[in-house]
Amino acid sequence: MRLIDRLGQWFNLRLPLGDPLQETMKHLVPRKSASWFYVFGSAALTVFLLQVVTGILLALIYVPSAGEAWNSLQTLNQGVSLGWFIRALHGWGSNFMVAIVLLHMVQVFLFGAYKFPRELTWIVGVFLLLMTLAMAFSGQVLRFDQDAYWGLGIGASIASRVPVIGPWSVQLMLGGPIIAGATLTRFFALHVFLIPGLLIAFVGVHLLMVLKLGINEWPMPGRIVRRSSYLQEYRELTHQQGVPFVPDALWKDILFSGFILVLIAGCAAYFGPFGPGGQPDPRIIQTAPRPDFFFLWLYALLSFLPPAAETPIMLLGPAIALTVLLILPLVAGEGEKSWRRRPIAVLSVLLIAVALGTMTRLGEYTPWSPVMNAWSGLPIPPEYLHGATSLERQGALVFQAKQCHNCHSLKGQGGQRGPALDRVALRLTHDQLIRQVIQGGGNMPAYAKNLTPAETTALVAFLETLHPPNQTPAVNASRAVALHIDAQTNSSPIRGDR
Amino acid sequence: MNTENRTSRRTMLVKLGLAFNGIVGACVAVPILRYLLSPVTRERKVGYESWLSLGGLEQFPAGQTRLATYRNPVVNAWDGETDDIACWVRNVDDHTFQVFAVNCAHLGCPVRWFPQSNLFLCPCHGGVYYQDGSRASGPPERGLFQYHYKLEKGQLFIKAGEMPTPGRAAYGQRGGSKCA
Repeated sequence: MRLIDRLGQWFNLRLPLGDPLQETMKHLVPRKSASWFYVFGSAALTVFLLQVVTGILLALIYVPSAGEAWNSLQTLNQGVSLGWFIRALHGWGSNFMVAIVLLHMVQVFLFGAYKFPRELTWIVGVFLLLMTLAMAFSGQVLRFDQDAYWGLGIGASIASRVPVIGPWSVQLMLGGPIIAGATLTRFFALHVFLIPGLLIAFVGVHLLMVLKLGINEWPMPGRIVRRSSYLQEYRELTHQQGVPFVPDALWKDILFSGFILVLIAGCAAYFGPFGPGGQPDPRIIQTAPRPDFFFLWLYALLSFLPPAAETPIMLLGPAIALTVLLILPLVAGEGEKSWRRRPIAVLSVLLIAVALGTMTRLGEYTPWSPVMNAWSGLPIPPEYLHGATSLERQGALVFQAKQCHNCHSLKGQGGQRGPALDRVALRLTHDQLIRQVIQGGGNMPAYAKNLTPAETTALVAFLETLHPPNQTPAVNASRAVALHIDAQTNSSPIRGDR
Repeated sequence: MNTENRTSRRTMLVKLGLAFNGIVGACVAVPILRYLLSPVTRERKVGYESWLSLGGLEQFPAGQTRLATYRNPVVNAWDGETDDIACWVRNVDDHTFQVFAVNCAHLGCPVRWFPQSNLFLCPCHGGVYYQDGSRASGPPERGLFQYHYKLEKGQLFIKAGEMPTPGRAAYGQRGGSKCA
């Protein structure tokens, strides 16, 4: 024991960190803040450290070359002992990192922790969020597969829409005219050197501010933050009912961090690493690229924006969101902290969470994407053809051969780009069906040039059979009346409207 | 008086040192910036695009649309397969051609050709184009990007070398125009 003491003294004389360390460990935390709600920040730091360690381990094998990256990932997955597990840890660590950073942000927002004097802590935190997302995206690029390749194409297409400097920014982003070796190396430099370096610096500043300003007290409804009196009140609060950070608050942080690490390791062991998917060969166009989980909402959003408004929303949306986040603590630096007295704050969080959750869910099954092989791979339900005439069966063939099934589902099978057609005969009359097929409209291409009159007749005959047996198809009432009058005046045989 | 003099002299020396470092920093910044901006400046000097052969015309029967590939003119040894770019060639009537980029005009995903319905479909957000490349439906604001082409010695040449993107086309360097 004495030896350890003497060693400690020897170091402390030459590296005098003992006092600041003591001060940090013993600094007082408001008793109620030593809570399970306050563990997300430290958990994010823990996962970040995990990412640094696993990232360095991966860099031992990974080759940042467009020609070799994919092969080196295969080697990691199969050729190196437990390489797959390190990849899985890094991949799942990335997902958990984004999730925990978002939870941390929501907690800080709802508990009013961004208010005076912690405005700058929040602003630094916003940059940390941006860097976390940048790491997630650039990490997906380093997994140099088809999703990464076409994901870069999507990034380039968005960047190119910036007025004036758009095309140049694409060349800067790709490191040349196309997605190639220079693209991967610059994303490698971003992912491995630049952004982690910035992250470490910003995390250090963020932590320092938390230590120097003290952890946010538990918000009580009615306890108002005022710039003139807050510091004094906080000092009194911590002196009256403060507890030392070690051990009163730390044990929860450590336990939660450990729990998260176990979860990550569990996911990594059970689900395994992410990809890599198909080889990044631009000649292989039989691919449906999809972003990683935390960008699925964006993927969904981009399919719903109307074409005319798309570019402005794409470019201004992120800028506005970022501005709101950055100026939030500056305009709302005083006032109520408790979420019980901040209904708009609670509703905003709920709205954003529901929107992002819905978009992510939609992004998982992409109802807006045509099912590219439905026309050849998914049959028409046999019961839809029972008792069908030969013309109607011919129409069903046209339905398959002309790829209608890629965008329209029958019995839940097929694309969801267009409406399901199981009951289409109830919605559209004979004439409306013909018009819709020939002219398209409402997001459907026009098939006038692609169908012969005979094919159109057959197709519409088939579509008219698509209704429940106990309901009659839609008919044009006015036409029946017109034909009836016509029949009375001319007394000529008429063909009933189907 | 003496100390004040010394202080002001030292202060001036610090300022001088800062100015000196500023000048040196600016001088070093010039090559750094030029290095970083080289993907942009290179194009302004020599350009990325050149005429490339897609092969003999016999590969592209009249009235059909076929996938063709070419090797990007600007390459590095470590690019792997990423230099091999695909494009859609439509032979209208043996004299008129259309060469489309595979990249959807919406966000660049690879569009697929369906000869049965004469449509290009995009797997990402469901953009659809007619056989002449014009927009049929979905989120794209415009038709497919087209390469300039020429027919020489029984071969089809296109002017290519840079990934087409919506902003670039809007910038006026690569429109929907074509030369015969």
